[in-house]
Amino acid sequence: MIEAEAARGGAIQGPPLPRAFFLTARGGFWGDRIFQSVVYAAVGLFVLIMVGIVAALVTESMPAIRRFGFSFVAGQEWDPVKEAFGALPFIYGTLVSALVGMIIAVPLGIGAAIYLAELAPFWARSPIGFLIELLAAVPSVVYGLWGIFVLAPFLRNWIEPLLGKTLGFLPLFQGPPYGVGMLAAGLILSIMTVPFIATVSREVLLAVPNTQREAALALGATRWETTWVAVLRYGRSGLVGAVLLGLGRALGETMAVTMVIGNRPEIAVSLFAPGYTMASVLANEFTEATSDIYLSALVYIGLLLLGVTIIVNSAARLLVWSVGGTVKGIRE
Amino acid sequence: MKRLIVNRVMNFLAGAAAGLVILPLVLVFGFLVYQGGSSLNLEFFTHMPKPVGEPGGGMANAIVGTLILIGLACCVGLPIGILGGLYLAEARDPRLPWVVRFLADVLNGVPSIVIGIFAYTLVVLPMRRFSALAGGLALGVIMIPIVLRTTEEIVRLVPASLREAGLALGLPNWKVTVRIVLVTARAGIVTGVMVAIARIAGETAPLLFTAFGNRFWHSGLDQPVAALALQVFAYAISPFDDWHRQAWAGALVLISMVFLVSLAARLATKGLQRQTR
Repeated sequence: MIEAEAARGGAIQGPPLPRAFFLTARGGFWGDRIFQSVVYAAVGLFVLIMVGIVAALVTESMPAIRRFGFSFVAGQEWDPVKEAFGALPFIYGTLVSALVGMIIAVPLGIGAAIYLAELAPFWARSPIGFLIELLAAVPSVVYGLWGIFVLAPFLRNWIEPLLGKTLGFLPLFQGPPYGVGMLAAGLILSIMTVPFIATVSREVLLAVPNTQREAALALGATRWETTWVAVLRYGRSGLVGAVLLGLGRALGETMAVTMVIGNRPEIAVSLFAPGYTMASVLANEFTEATSDIYLSALVYIGLLLLGVTIIVNSAARLLVWSVGGTVKGIRE
Repeated sequence: MKRLIVNRVMNFLAGAAAGLVILPLVLVFGFLVYQGGSSLNLEFFTHMPKPVGEPGGGMANAIVGTLILIGLACCVGLPIGILGGLYLAEARDPRLPWVVRFLADVLNGVPSIVIGIFAYTLVVLPMRRFSALAGGLALGVIMIPIVLRTTEEIVRLVPASLREAGLALGLPNWKVTVRIVLVTARAGIVTGVMVAIARIAGETAPLLFTAFGNRFWHSGLDQPVAALALQVFAYAISPFDDWHRQAWAGALVLISMVFLVSLAARLATKGLQRQTR
């Protein structure tokens, strides 16, 4: 995707250029010194912002951390009036909705990547790729709007009754069909993360050397066997990285999920039931927080969210970087 | 024979997956045009929101507000992003750039609502009010990693011979960087900036408790300001049919803006590729 091209990860390949002219200048032009300072100031400011994000969240959540400690993560009750704050329903909602999203998005995304990188006719590759990039560029709030007025009624009237009838013996598909709820959130998340997974996976597959394919084809493998044995296996850590990047997006996604998940801080097994996520409780309650401890508890949730996404994204980054040496030009 | 059948089936499934991935784009865009097109007229661009119950009205203040926020975000994101990218591309020390690059990638994955909390603590709490400045800061921070990594990429592509030519003429290093390297790379950098703008134009979450939204014209950068995405959200979750129609129209305008900018960035990249070839 375009954004992906912008934020390319991994070691940049190519012949080593003689660089660092302005950063190694000594003496001579005083303009060089000034320019150096300006560049270093910008980099310093960037690092400061990163540190500042973590510092701001830690300081603001300190009262809640002091008061609730780690039991905050396990607490099931969320009642601002009684000042009872437990984050478990939100953590549960975030994980389950992301999981549902991933179950749908991973096979579709990797399948689409296989089609784009291995099977599609050449004239079709670039336009389809561009359409998928556009899908990634659609703002979250637009997906949310569509989710409220199109997806949720469709689920309520058609899909959920059907699932209840056929798979109703599973606790996952029991209860009244609301439309809005965990299932809707998972579906929206799958739509939103699939372009990321597809584009990064396509880049990974395109980076697999052609000798891999030729060797398999020469041994008499079919097109699919070539893809399965020679291409997918070669690029698997890059593919895992792609999936993790998608997961990172799903965990932090806010607006669209807020609009379709139903916003009820309860843990229900059924996917038809409304839930709540960490990001959406921030979106809904941050401006309404009446007491300091309430606000602090919300920031605590933000801090947990930040921690989880940093871990997932770092893991993805390292995985993609780890194949960056052998696989050329992997992009996010 | 069985292998051939498996081959056929799996290839078909991959193609079907590609089709299913694109299907939502068609569905979402189709509904936007269908629902939003009918409420979209000149009034939408030139008028203020009307109170509940009165049909008509527009989102002129929100459109202007979004432009103001993008402008403020550029003030934060462009200098840090471009200078940081320049640093990554030109620095010789192998360790610090690695850290900066890693931080940029991590920042790219941080949920935008968390960046909103950052802007809230940094600007809203000390000023004791929601403001356009806070919203602009949040969006600017989101821009930084995108601009930074594109600039790095593009600046690396500038041939060393160009720099050497400048240096051989006795130009100071900073002049070579600013007048030769940056000028040569400008098309690519502009593309990166447009991609970043397309991303932040539709951001809603970090604005909820920074820019906050406003039903009137903004009255200064230290005051709350409306944004198209915020307005769409507020109208979408309201119980009124009139507002729902406005939300669809707003979403159509928003997505058209984002698509146009993305398309422009795409075409610019194409032109760039042709040039370098």
